[in-house]
Amino acid sequence: MSVATAEPAPDAGAANYFFAGSTIRSWLLTHDHKRIALLYFMSITVFFFIGGAAATLIRLELVEPAGWLVSSDTYNRLFTMHGVVMVWFFLIPAVPNTVGNFMIPLMLGARDLAFPRLNLLSWYIYTLGGLFTVYALLVGGVDTGWTFYTPFSSMFSNSNVVWALVGVFITGFSSILTGLNFIVTIHKLRAPGLTWYRMPVFLWSLYATSVILVLATPVLAITLLLLAIERIFRIGIFDPSIGGDPLLFQHLFWFYSHPAVYIMILPGMGVVSEIIPCFARKPLFGYKFVVWCSMAIAAIGFLVWGHHMFVAGMSMYAGLVFSLLSYLVSVPSAIKVFNWTATLHRGWIRYDAPMLYALGFIGLFTTGGLTGLFLAALAVDVHVTDTYFVVAHFHYIMVGGMVTAFFAGLHYWWPKISGRMYPEYWARMAALLIFFGFNLTFFPQFILGYLGMPRRYHTYPPEFQFWHVLSSAGAAVLAVAYLMPLGYLGWSVFRGKPAGDNPWRATGLEWQTSSPPPEHNFAVTPTVTRGPYEYTPDPVPQNA
Amino acid sequence: MPDIRAPAIRPALQFADLTQERDVATIGIWVFLATEMLFFGGLLTSYAVYRHMFADGFTEAARHTKLIIGTINTAILLTSSFAMAVGVEAAERGMEENRRIVVFALTVTAALGVAFLALKGLEYYQEYQEHLVPGSGFAFGPRYRGPAQLFFLLYFILTGLHGVHVTIGVGLVGSVAAMTRRGAFSTGYTTPIMIVGLYWHFVDVVWIFLYPLIYLVGRSTQ
Amino acid sequence: MNRLQFWPQSASAAATEVDHLFIALLVVSFLVLGLVFGLMIYFGTKYRAGSTADRSDEHLKSWRWEVAWTTVTLLMFLALFFWGGDLYARLYRPPPNALDIYIVGKQWMWKAQHADGQAEINELHVPVGRPVRLVMTSQDVIHSFYVPAFRLKHDVLPGRYEMLWLEATVAGTYPLFCAEFCGTDHSRMGGRIVVMAPAAYERWLAARGPSSTMAQQGEALFRQLGCSGCHGANSTVRAPPLEGLYGRPVPLQGGGTVIADDQYIRDSILLPKSQIAAGYAAVMPSFAGQIEEEDVLKLTAYLRSLATAAPPPENPPPENAPPENTPTRAPR
Repeated sequence: MSVATAEPAPDAGAANYFFAGSTIRSWLLTHDHKRIALLYFMSITVFFFIGGAAATLIRLELVEPAGWLVSSDTYNRLFTMHGVVMVWFFLIPAVPNTVGNFMIPLMLGARDLAFPRLNLLSWYIYTLGGLFTVYALLVGGVDTGWTFYTPFSSMFSNSNVVWALVGVFITGFSSILTGLNFIVTIHKLRAPGLTWYRMPVFLWSLYATSVILVLATPVLAITLLLLAIERIFRIGIFDPSIGGDPLLFQHLFWFYSHPAVYIMILPGMGVVSEIIPCFARKPLFGYKFVVWCSMAIAAIGFLVWGHHMFVAGMSMYAGLVFSLLSYLVSVPSAIKVFNWTATLHRGWIRYDAPMLYALGFIGLFTTGGLTGLFLAALAVDVHVTDTYFVVAHFHYIMVGGMVTAFFAGLHYWWPKISGRMYPEYWARMAALLIFFGFNLTFFPQFILGYLGMPRRYHTYPPEFQFWHVLSSAGAAVLAVAYLMPLGYLGWSVFRGKPAGDNPWRATGLEWQTSSPPPEHNFAVTPTVTRGPYEYTPDPVPQNA
Repeated sequence: MPDIRAPAIRPALQFADLTQERDVATIGIWVFLATEMLFFGGLLTSYAVYRHMFADGFTEAARHTKLIIGTINTAILLTSSFAMAVGVEAAERGMEENRRIVVFALTVTAALGVAFLALKGLEYYQEYQEHLVPGSGFAFGPRYRGPAQLFFLLYFILTGLHGVHVTIGVGLVGSVAAMTRRGAFSTGYTTPIMIVGLYWHFVDVVWIFLYPLIYLVGRSTQ
Repeated sequence: MNRLQFWPQSASAAATEVDHLFIALLVVSFLVLGLVFGLMIYFGTKYRAGSTADRSDEHLKSWRWEVAWTTVTLLMFLALFFWGGDLYARLYRPPPNALDIYIVGKQWMWKAQHADGQAEINELHVPVGRPVRLVMTSQDVIHSFYVPAFRLKHDVLPGRYEMLWLEATVAGTYPLFCAEFCGTDHSRMGGRIVVMAPAAYERWLAARGPSSTMAQQGEALFRQLGCSGCHGANSTVRAPPLEGLYGRPVPLQGGGTVIADDQYIRDSILLPKSQIAAGYAAVMPSFAGQIEEEDVLKLTAYLRSLATAAPPPENPPPENAPPENTPTRAPR
């Protein structure tokens, strides 16, 4: 039950959080969730560009069928580091640890998360893990693929596997602590009147994400630990010569890594569920359905890991069961797409940049999700698994979906975080360029996959070159498009128009305090009397 | 008599009152324990898989574990949980009047934890001497050499991880005991004692799962 | 840039069936995308801010829509599941008259062995119109045997045998790829599948054939490696007779039975202590590390050739054999 009383914060009326203390020490030892969010934002941006640099080299190399830019060993290290960095150091923390950290207490009407020091510790742990991974990169990289399959990773690879494993292992604890913090905060720090069904969907999504974070990540931790032991001591439980089963590694790895993809996408879906009602000036269609679909995705998502192993040597019956469950897990996502679309009906729709990104998300996520149906169909998967079809599928969801949603949230809440408006014209241009560049990069990869082009290939038969050239051209466009927000968002911090408390005229609690918010969020703890999306189309704030 | 050394306890800034702070801490520790269950769960799953695949090998290998040390250690841990429970209960009934009991109970808990670790160390040493550490020095009959190594790998990793958790627990219990002695807690504020207590009980429960899986396999037919 | 492809070649009837399912999936996807995009564009235009469309507030009963689109989605998904699952299940049931070919993957090449002893590297010749069963293993790490033209792929694992079967219907040459990352030259671990008309295939076999079949090579290995020393007719060591063994149930020490299949033979050679036949002492040495995977396959082929032979009459156990307290041990 929410219990917070309406007690004035100690320094209400002080300068906003950004200027409350300007020493480096005040930033590095902060307890303020908003500052920690910015620390994370800085880190994930650095990692995004590291992973992006690897991607650039990969796409450059693939313009020619024979290796021309790098050696095979280097290429193998490039795609591995691209995967490791993008999954663990960008996608998983992106929305939860930047937007989530910033907005959760604000949306709840609270002064901070339940465990502010734990929040700071999470960032330090993440950074430490990141340093180990960068170290692995600097001393020559890893070449096992981000999936670390045994026995190649345990016994045959000549690369710096253990350093990378240590880096990811450590960062996993950052995920776990973040999830723990969010779950407890959402349970216990809701403002008076903020019942579960009055919470914005973004909070429900982060709650579902946090459940997965705390339950799945420990399994990754133990799996990587076992692999590290096997690699260091040259004996382990996956070693076929003593009876160990390489498939056990795959089961343990995917038991985490499949829910991990829901860790990546659920927050993005939450962002979109905030933006669509605001820019369509209408309540979200089917709020309870959307909310319970998020929970269903989290739950069923734990039961489908075997769909990564249809040709790995599992029994046929296991394959059938996992295929059926994989179809079932797709249903809630489909329901959400229909609900978002239905929200537009009879709306009053504006096309500001956040809305463009959100609509782009729906299109690209739906496309990616539909290709998931192809992969869940066993007989088709036998042909396309381990090909570029899968690469295209997950990039549609993770980049077309998740990165787009991240940008949507960034633009939507930028005025709240920075107090400034970004330049709308450039933001819209970037959104359109990203949409175009993305499709040009990844749609040809579906064709490549069905043609039979396997993934993780440094060289390839010449008949595939046409599609690779198209894909690399798209990647060039994407590279430019992703640099644009870095430019204009940075510019807006200094020269952007002051945003005011609620430039979008939204109903959430976060918009009922100043932009940027004061250090302790609210001068007086708000009392909630309304649901989250009462757009009539004039906004009725939650604490009206 | 009020303890004049105890400072006035205020909840942290984000909480409205101490009750909320305690509730938050309670949920927090339970969520954390859930993550620990999944952490050990991965190892126990691996154990279950290989036990199924190599039933005879595991049975034979388990006969080489040190039943006496293991059983004594089980008794030690169970007793320590009892001591911990006494400490938590005493603290909640009245910190001021029971402070000495609490400190004593917590100290006994930590001491028993240290005893557990000492015996475990002795056990590891003996197993090292008997060449039961997997790797090139592993000595076992040829028939079950592979599965026995799998068993002992899981044994060392499971008990090793558990030992790490016991060590952390001893540190936590010791700290809380010291804090209690210094008067950092009052009847209205015993949250850290309660949280550490839950952690310690969890570590004990993990051992209760490990004990039969490691020491009792195949003993009835020996 | 070479000839531009939009669709992979199709070399078997099963491949065409997969294509049909794929096309159905494409149709469904385009319909759904059309619906979603269409509605988004329609609503997005009609209800854009400032338009004069009617927005009178009749609250649509949301749950009716929810149930409707959930049900339609679920039914469609179930149909796709059954279709895909059915095709997949058939991949696991090779017809009885299939030709056996043995594949060993290793960093970074594929080796194929035909029953009559022909060996190939990075190439596999198969006849049109005849089911072919591939029995596959890996010498080192996990690889994956992938032939896009058949729409078939299966991982090959060290220490295990995996099976894939196919029936080619169109003669031609088709690419073979490794599809599981396996190290430096993963992308160069490819080859060709050559599908030939039956007569041409027979000619190729004859021209290419070595002097001995796999089974004959296996028999030679059987003597070379000393197997006949214990398992032969005049041995003084009591070892299970291997005539008539293949494919029969074997009672194990400690209870339970196992069928003497390829995996069992392989495990018996490389990990002999893992499953002791009931009534025998665990004295067989392991050949792990002394024998290549292809040689294991040759020995298995030899034992398969003995499958219909009768077991020799039982010899009385020598005096120094361990005491027996288990029931009959001869395979029936």
